[in-house]
Amino acid sequence: MNIVVLVKQVPDTWSERKLTDADHTLDRESADAVLDEINERAVEEALQLQEAHGGEVTVIAMGPDRATDAIRKALSMGADKAIHVSDEALHGSDVLATAKVLAKAIGTVENVDLVIAGNEATDGRAGAVPAILAELLGLPQVTQLRKVTVEGTTIKGERETDEGVAFLEASLPAVVSVTEKINEPRYPSFKGIMAAKKKPVSTITVADLGIDASEVGLSGAYTQVLEAAPKPPRSAGQRVEDSGDGGAKIAEFLVGQKLI
Amino acid sequence: MSEVLVLVDHVDGEVKKVSYELLTAARRLGTPAAVVVGAPGTASKIRESLGRYGAAKVYAVESDDAVNFLTTPKVEALAALAPNASAVLVSATVEGKEVAGRLAVRIDSGWLVDVVDVEADGTGVQSIFGGAFVVKAKVSKGTPIITVRPGGVEAEESPADAVLDESVSISVDAAKAARVTSREAVVGGDRPELTEASVVVSGGRGVGSAEKFSVVEELADSLGAAVGASRAAVDSGYYPHQFQVGQTGKTVSPQLYVALGISGAIQHRAGMQTSKTIVAVNKDPEAPIFEIADFGVVGDLFNVAPQLTEEVRKRKG
Repeated sequence: MNIVVLVKQVPDTWSERKLTDADHTLDRESADAVLDEINERAVEEALQLQEAHGGEVTVIAMGPDRATDAIRKALSMGADKAIHVSDEALHGSDVLATAKVLAKAIGTVENVDLVIAGNEATDGRAGAVPAILAELLGLPQVTQLRKVTVEGTTIKGERETDEGVAFLEASLPAVVSVTEKINEPRYPSFKGIMAAKKKPVSTITVADLGIDASEVGLSGAYTQVLEAAPKPPRSAGQRVEDSGDGGAKIAEFLVGQKLI
Repeated sequence: MSEVLVLVDHVDGEVKKVSYELLTAARRLGTPAAVVVGAPGTASKIRESLGRYGAAKVYAVESDDAVNFLTTPKVEALAALAPNASAVLVSATVEGKEVAGRLAVRIDSGWLVDVVDVEADGTGVQSIFGGAFVVKAKVSKGTPIITVRPGGVEAEESPADAVLDESVSISVDAAKAARVTSREAVVGGDRPELTEASVVVSGGRGVGSAEKFSVVEELADSLGAAVGASRAAVDSGYYPHQFQVGQTGKTVSPQLYVALGISGAIQHRAGMQTSKTIVAVNKDPEAPIFEIADFGVVGDLFNVAPQLTEEVRKRKG
């Protein structure tokens, strides 16, 4: 079973993130970058399926040069090879353009049975790339899974959202996204880290994928940012020491605000 | 005025609050038309309540396939109606965003993700990185598709006719869709859903154990609130992950957010700082949560919270 895993380098959510003044895009230099936590789970699930069903695991990442760190991490966990879509033209791409590029990149891998991604990146948080990929590739969307199994050419999954759990069934090939509950990702072994250095990573541009540079990036975006500003920080309001009447004081405040 | 489509979120014949919020927002842009995708008979059941919030028309797109397949029936329904609409509003829930994203590529239109407010000219206000930045954006191509965050717009009633329209039917290509073989409802008891709730009471590391989370739950129940937890509390095993508020959990913007024993790390603030009013209780006077709280009490949450619970109960009689 051949699997494509999508990974993404994101700013660490524990550090302060900001937008660049020039074009309102994410200032990716200002924050520490890490492999998005959820990607490691996507890689882990791909490796477990590979162990059970054989085949090859290909990592695809789109992003600036330092996305190679995320790719290396995935390879050191055990993925076989990687494709890195790196192009200046991609700067500022919206979620639709991103999905279109990824769909084309997936198209370069032969006989793909399954595409696996994290359910939501922690920076963009649109959480829709896997669904959009299913639309673009014309494949079943089996997303937000806490559990996945493959039997023959059928994939079954347990989708967990705020609405509850839905038990899904579809035929392969399919697009899957996984949630935090899916598994505990392995740590790369020393051997894995060494082996990763020799694994093939092909770096390609949007032109290689037959996409015109004007279709991606800021120029290709279907939405336009009119203005962006740091939110004026919330100012601290009233603060009191509890001297046995803290709860009553909050109640008074809430009454004053017509909240109770 | 032109038609603005609102995809209705409903469960067991009941409309979710966010759909009323969307209808309210849609009135600013044009004439709201509710789109109900579901089992036969659903739309006629909820037609009146949709009309109360301004739906001039209610499109009933109903069949067994509409419930038996994931996402695609909703995309099909909206794609069929979009050519005559000036905008499409969908709730910024997990499924709502999946539907909106797919619809955007299907009808080759722009999509504004996760807006907290909509202006009359179609400009969407986004609050990103957990409210640290405010961005105003507009769709520059096609029929604008806008996903609106629950709690972003306040629902206001404005009665309209809600004329039932059953002209649209859809077909699903089973080879390209996932079949839903069964469903299980959320086992959340009687509490409101975290992202839908007008009041959220959250506990952090300061709560100290899973058992003691009952203090948080009791206050939440007195206020009719949802219960949330910080990442620290979830990582310590005090409360299940699905209730985590913050960067790697849920983003909430309720009318009132009560933080108990939560220090207020960036991680957590990212998920709650767009709340209208924030109340914090923490032992540590230096806790960053106080920097964003409208009302803060420096003290032991185990003294303050039960007293507040009592006061709220008294007032509610």
